[in-house]
Amino acid sequence: MSAEYDISETLDVKGASCPMPVVKTKQAIDDIEVGGVLEVLATDSGSMSDIDGWAGGTDGVELLSQEEGDDVYKHYVRRTE
Amino acid sequence: MSTDTPDAPSDDAPSRAELAARVDELEDALTEATAEDDGKKMSIIATKGTLDMAYPPLILASTAAAFGYEVTVFHTFWGLDILHEKRSKNLKLSSVGNPNMPVPNAVAALPGMDRVTTKMMEKKIDDNDTATIEELIETSLDMGVEFQACQMTIDLMDYDEDDFYDGVTTGVGAATALEDMADADIQLLV
Repeated sequence: MSAEYDISETLDVKGASCPMPVVKTKQAIDDIEVGGVLEVLATDSGSMSDIDGWAGGTDGVELLSQEEGDDVYKHYVRRTE
Repeated sequence: MSTDTPDAPSDDAPSRAELAARVDELEDALTEATAEDDGKKMSIIATKGTLDMAYPPLILASTAAAFGYEVTVFHTFWGLDILHEKRSKNLKLSSVGNPNMPVPNAVAALPGMDRVTTKMMEKKIDDNDTATIEELIETSLDMGVEFQACQMTIDLMDYDEDDFYDGVTTGVGAATALEDMADADIQLLV
């Protein structure tokens, strides 16, 4: 893993397709502390654009980075408020 | 060159105290307006009850809820079947009238073909790990989406209020939908 964050929680949505990666990410981020980082593991290739778009249009979250690994897309989202 | 002091009050100009009062008034109005318009809202009218047409309103509703939107989906006519606990698990795909279907319309019109194409689509949904209609409804309800079932069509279709998922609002009509639409940032008819 190249991203170096202090990860609070990992959400595994491998296999799930639209809209579930975004919806589950929202539900999971609401459960972590403000300032915490959520790691999301997805296989949906649309999640790269969707989680980016969701984070950009949603208050209280910040997309730190996204990685395209071996068949898995990794997203790192911080809860900011 | 004029020697008048520009700030000197003239008879018809408002006094400083009047202006200050007006500023206070406007600031209060602005605070009120922004407080009322705090959240983003989306209003969807769902009128179709085929398997393919049940997905778009539910996908958009759950996604908008994830964005923090306050979402209302008003279900009317065949759209009611999406909220009907039993019928929602058995929504059909029409094989007629869709030229993208793998069967010609003349064949698609044969008895039983809707069942065949529905099974095909259900298998694809399953193979692709696409969420089921039931899953999308339960998830949307969890996220605070308000599903409304149009009372006039409940009566028309002879449905019972208990037929719908727990959490579905009944006893609402077009005026409720219109009020939501007028208040929403996004309005969609599906």
